[in-house]
Amino acid sequence: MNSVQTWWEILTLHSHNTRMVVLTTALLGAGSGVIGSLLLLRKRSLMGDVLSHATLPGIVAAFALLSTAGLAAKQWFPLLVGATLSGLAGVGVMVAIRRTTRLRDDVAMGIVLSVFFGIGVAMLQMVRDLPDAAGLSSFIYGKTASIISFDLVGISIVAVLVLSVVLLLGKELVLLCFDDGFAAAQGWPVAMLDFLLLGLVTLMTVAGLQSVGLVLIIAFLIIPAAAARFWTGRVGTMMAVAAIIGALSGWAGASASAALPDAPAGAVIVLAAAAIFAISLIGGPRGVWCRQRELSRLKDRVGRQHLLRSIFEILEDAGPPTANRPVSLDDLLEQRSWSPRELRRLLRRARRHGSTEPCGNGGFVLLSEAGFGEASRITRNHRLWEIYLIRHADIAPSHVDRDADMVEHILGPEMVRQLERELDPVLPLPPNPHAR
Amino acid sequence: MNWTFTDTWIVITGMLCAVACALPGCFLVLRRMSMMGDAISHAVLPGLAIAFMITGARESVPMFLGAVATGVFTALFTQWIHRFANVDQGAAMGVVFTTLFAIGLLLIVAAADHVDLDPGCVLYGAIETSAPVVPGEFPRAAAVLGAVVVLNLLVIALFYKELRLSSFDPALADTLGFRPGLMHYLLMTLVAITTVAAFESVGSIIVIAMLIVPAATAQLLTKRLLPMLFTASITGALAALLGHVGAITVPMWLGFQGSSTSGMMAAACGLLFALAWLFAPGEGLVTRWRKSANQAPTPPELRKDPGIPGESLH
Amino acid sequence: MNHEHPAHFPLTVHDLTVAYQRKPVIWDVELNIPEGKLVGIVGPNGAGKSTLIKACLDLIPRTSGWARIYGKPYRENRHLVGYVPQRESVDWDFPVSVLDVAAMGTYRRLGWFKRIGKTERMLAMECLEKVGIGHLAGRQISQLSGGQQQRVFLARALAQEAKVYFMDEPFAAVDAATEQAIVALLKELRDLGRTCLVVHHDLATVSSYFDWVIMLNMRVVASGPTAEVFTEENLRKTYGGRLELLDHAAHALRGPATP
Repeated sequence: MNSVQTWWEILTLHSHNTRMVVLTTALLGAGSGVIGSLLLLRKRSLMGDVLSHATLPGIVAAFALLSTAGLAAKQWFPLLVGATLSGLAGVGVMVAIRRTTRLRDDVAMGIVLSVFFGIGVAMLQMVRDLPDAAGLSSFIYGKTASIISFDLVGISIVAVLVLSVVLLLGKELVLLCFDDGFAAAQGWPVAMLDFLLLGLVTLMTVAGLQSVGLVLIIAFLIIPAAAARFWTGRVGTMMAVAAIIGALSGWAGASASAALPDAPAGAVIVLAAAAIFAISLIGGPRGVWCRQRELSRLKDRVGRQHLLRSIFEILEDAGPPTANRPVSLDDLLEQRSWSPRELRRLLRRARRHGSTEPCGNGGFVLLSEAGFGEASRITRNHRLWEIYLIRHADIAPSHVDRDADMVEHILGPEMVRQLERELDPVLPLPPNPHAR
Repeated sequence: MNWTFTDTWIVITGMLCAVACALPGCFLVLRRMSMMGDAISHAVLPGLAIAFMITGARESVPMFLGAVATGVFTALFTQWIHRFANVDQGAAMGVVFTTLFAIGLLLIVAAADHVDLDPGCVLYGAIETSAPVVPGEFPRAAAVLGAVVVLNLLVIALFYKELRLSSFDPALADTLGFRPGLMHYLLMTLVAITTVAAFESVGSIIVIAMLIVPAATAQLLTKRLLPMLFTASITGALAALLGHVGAITVPMWLGFQGSSTSGMMAAACGLLFALAWLFAPGEGLVTRWRKSANQAPTPPELRKDPGIPGESLH
Repeated sequence: MNHEHPAHFPLTVHDLTVAYQRKPVIWDVELNIPEGKLVGIVGPNGAGKSTLIKACLDLIPRTSGWARIYGKPYRENRHLVGYVPQRESVDWDFPVSVLDVAAMGTYRRLGWFKRIGKTERMLAMECLEKVGIGHLAGRQISQLSGGQQQRVFLARALAQEAKVYFMDEPFAAVDAATEQAIVALLKELRDLGRTCLVVHHDLATVSSYFDWVIMLNMRVVASGPTAEVFTEENLRKTYGGRLELLDHAAHALRGPATP
């Protein structure tokens, strides 16, 4: 009971301190969700990774400078200025590598990430004897519990800045992500926009350093955006969803770590985000489950069409096709590469659709009236398709096999009418182009 | 500077680590999968932690296997999310490794009561403590890394042709029946093994640097695979030496006590890369700049073809 | 040689050379394209057709020479130019709607910070109607077929309300209906006095589609009215000894193909 109460107090932001922490992290999550969406669409998700690692030398350098100058060394602001500068330097080096060598993007990213971080680690070890140095490593793993109101102000400023830039320049940034070539041809300063985007990412990273840590801010920039992608097909909605997911996981994670003070907050937040990602991955409208269902539906439809067409073609071989003549399953098996089990499954399905009727003999199948109509329509469309592809595109007839029902959809009604005109007008159905 | 027996061993360990990393690193770079090294080295943490919690020992075979398994799992899962859920590869990688890293951190904290596995140690490594103090003792880290070098060499020698082909042209490799997917996971397993082996003794950050940077340096210096493998190994080894020397000397100049050898080794890799970037024969920045200053661009062979009107406007 | 002031020409190119990393892609290009023409740019793979377009649009650095749009550098006359990039150059899974993409053509006129409003949306819709996919305006672009994607790009270029259009392979892998629709649209644009430069692959249709042709193989082999320039000799110069192609082309020369 007691623990339930504790949880309730935390989740409803009872104490001032918790409120602070949760608000800050949620804000951070929302901001990085928005900027992470753009990063994902620009296919640069891992830039957050690179940038956050590249900030370390700057943080340590700023700390060392302050400390040797005798100032209070662990102030929020100067350290973050240092972090921003070295993050931007990392971006600069990356761009330079990409522009002047034939090394590819991923290599440039890996180099900047590892070398900058290595330098940072070396510097960190050097300054470890300076007063106050012990807290520096909190930049790497984050210390959410220690968020003070000043952090909230700083993070709010960054979040508001990011949001307003995205609101103001939304159209330019989206154009950049969608088609940078077109953007450049229209005269938008593509390099500057890219730099702006990465600058915002750097700010967001730096703002998140202290609360979730250098390694785990990466997750904030990637996971909410990737999860939001499963829910929508519109950029605006995607950014909003990502912001909500980010804020939610920030809230959940920060609350949990308030309840379990031992657990590193960053890790809990990431796991909350990862859980939302997993749900989206499976259950989102663009997620795995829906895609699989669509795929299997398509497979069913194509299988059905093949079955009906095969029956129709067998009927055709024996004279003018009529509905009330059974077709033997052996003939059907010969027609296509079905296994007997597959064929039985297809037949069961066709029966459920009412395309076939029971005919008393297990080895035969009989089309119903409706099924016959459908079969002749499918066969006609299929042949139109084939004729079209043979006439209008240089494709070998044996390669022609498209979804017959798509013919009018893809070619448009005029084209179908023209094709029909091109075919022999007397025959109700075009000749089979596969026929020898 | 006071070079001791221990320093020699540190450098030897670093060099072995460099060579072990450079070999699979070249293929990572060629396959545009550099960031996979980063992802795997972050993601082995939970594997280490779980194996550690089960066995309670720091230097054990299960721990090694557990970490390697999570490393390979990272590659598998990234590929799965990328393929089936249609997520951008970088993002898929990011999702997987940050999640695994977070799990690892939590596990370590949960296990903190009865074990000491410092996350800081995982990142920065403890190459300094891996070397023996007493002469005659053969350090474990060097032995493990030496074994990994041999393993990497063996696998690459065995599958040289397949690896090369599937790195340059996966589609062709597939049609020739070489199973690029298999090669991919073989390489990922190598990377995971190397990462974990290096991890225990020298820390994860040096692994990322040693995997990618020497290979990138080598790519600037040569265009062929075999020389690239050699150059990368030598560059890495050189960086290890320079890094340790730097770790001893540089802090002195700046008035500090000492520094992290692994961090310095990563920095040395960067330095060597920068040198290649500037002075590589053929494509170095300075090389190219001097060449273009000395001579005007060569006329195209096409100009030999006479009498073609530039335009024909009437 | 024509000595008219270049301001009358939608596109003038002088001494244009482009090299990627030291490897020359196009050399010494000289062009004067008169207004109101449908211009086909043909040449073998790797001849630098796309490069030529991109260099004219300042998308890649030029090693030497210049390109002018109506007598001024591209920078200054950008508003007169519409651009249709290659279809594969973008991610068609991107979360935007068909209308959004078409409306992108109006962005430059809108300028910084302003969002698209009713006017832009209506113009975009009109352009979508013109290319025959008005009914798809609300769709997400990943649901389009190849031909429909090409039409969206075309609509976007139309929304730029330009005088010169640069199109990079608009006919690549589209269905016949789309190809016909695009050709009809191009002819309509020409009749309105617009100029279209189109990178084209199918030699068989060159004579029937274009009234001006640029034959390119790293340098301009010929540029002029199709009837005068699209000859077997020039084809041989452009395509070298690729006989099967020449046969194909010779076939094309005998009579304009009916698609």
